[in-house]
Amino acid sequence: MRMLINVPETVVADALRGMAAAHPELTVDVENRVVVRRDAPMAGKVALVSGGGSGHEPLHAGFVGPGMLTAACPGEVFTSPVPDQMVRAAAAVDSGAGVLFVVKNYTGDVLNFDMAAELAEDEGIQIAKVLVDDDVAVTDSLYTAGRRGTGATLFVEKIAGAAAEEGRPLERVESIARRVNERSRSFGVALSACTTPAKGSPTFELAPGELELGIGIHGEPGRERRAMMTSREIADLAVDAVLDDLRPDGPVLVLVNGMGATPLLELYGFNAEVQRVLGERGVPVARTLVGNYVTSLDMAGCSVTLCQADEELLRLWDAPVKTPALRWGR
Amino acid sequence: MSEPTTLDAAFFRRWLTTAAAAVDREADRLTDLDSAIGDADHGTNMRRGFTAVAAALDKEEPATPGAVLALAGRQLISTVGGASGPLYGTLLRRTGKALGDTPEVTRDQLAQALRTGVAAVAQLGGAVAGDKTMLDALEPAAAALGESFTAARSAAEEGALATVPLRARKGRASYLGERSVGHQDPGATSSALLVAALEEVAR
Repeated sequence: MRMLINVPETVVADALRGMAAAHPELTVDVENRVVVRRDAPMAGKVALVSGGGSGHEPLHAGFVGPGMLTAACPGEVFTSPVPDQMVRAAAAVDSGAGVLFVVKNYTGDVLNFDMAAELAEDEGIQIAKVLVDDDVAVTDSLYTAGRRGTGATLFVEKIAGAAAEEGRPLERVESIARRVNERSRSFGVALSACTTPAKGSPTFELAPGELELGIGIHGEPGRERRAMMTSREIADLAVDAVLDDLRPDGPVLVLVNGMGATPLLELYGFNAEVQRVLGERGVPVARTLVGNYVTSLDMAGCSVTLCQADEELLRLWDAPVKTPALRWGR
Repeated sequence: MSEPTTLDAAFFRRWLTTAAAAVDREADRLTDLDSAIGDADHGTNMRRGFTAVAAALDKEEPATPGAVLALAGRQLISTVGGASGPLYGTLLRRTGKALGDTPEVTRDQLAQALRTGVAAVAQLGGAVAGDKTMLDALEPAAAALGESFTAARSAAEEGALATVPLRARKGRASYLGERSVGHQDPGATSSALLVAALEEVAR
């Protein structure tokens, strides 16, 4: 497997140095692995800190900026960051109005953010946490670590970030974030495994003519393997899996997300099928976003995330945002 | 072939540097096991953590067994990340805390402290024996350490092997459901390496 890297050990630091050069509006601490809005802390405003393993770019550092995250902590590839990073980030962004940790529901992320919250609170920073767990492929919750956080992370960070930007207090930003998560569900499909720089070979073997259903975003195998399907068939299956669980009774936000190696040409074609299924099921679509946002290195495939939106969530979704990977308005 | 009657800070430093060498040697195997049912980084992460532990012990030379374990635990929490960082960090910190600040401890005292550390891991991770986690090696090892170092090592290695037919109920392997069956748990395997290193330095 050919990769555009120097050595596996420095991929995260190299990417951060490159990010610093491309985005002078961010403060990138390469050594301590914290990416912060240059204008933080913003007086009187709640700050949003997220983080997770690297390999999901642009998540999370690509979502740092006005209207979204205040800071992000990138870990090693597919490995949760450590508490020191989160405490450092929280201290850098706290204006006194408190900090919301946006945490994807994986054992490692939860444990490290919990430890960080305790340490930050010891330093007098008010911390709230929201867990993102939107992946319907993990059904057997009693016998698993619970549902994984995937595409809904983007909805939570964008919408809660807009609420913080408006100057809402911490409890309010937290409850909005929680509402977005509760109303969001995702389902993902892989057409190929991904290759981590450290391992250098695919994380699982997928024969030609096979696809993997119900994947997460860490190159872990999914729930089920099947013979290759068309975009139309995958859309039917993925949207129905989400709708079975979400059962929306109003308009939805749609994220058609690429896993990293699937071209936009295919993602837009897939989106056409997703919109068709939603139409057939009588689900109105309020907004749609298509692109590679919550990725799994070089995995080919896609995920569908739906969020049942109300008026407030839609307004916050439409609010201006200015980050490396997501920007609109103003 | 007689085991030491008391264990001092130097013994604990030797344990952890021996463990660091074992983790380094076995890192690829740990990563391969993790690639079958996880995300293919357990060896890499453990190696990074234990390299930091060895470096810190070299620099700081803590004076008591408890202080050695506390320092090592802090290093793991600050460098490993993922679930393994907090879980292994907690194991060492809580075991160290239970040992107190005496300069020397007996194997019995260590066994008792290790049981406290293992209980803290179970609580933090919300797991129980049989969930296909590091506890499947650590719980039997802590129980058998009351008997001898050799018994603890055998118990840990048997416990790790016994995770093969289990279905994972915690951690990333749990997402696989039935497909996690038939693979040895990487966390139980690295736990067995640590216990084996303990037996090695006690010979």
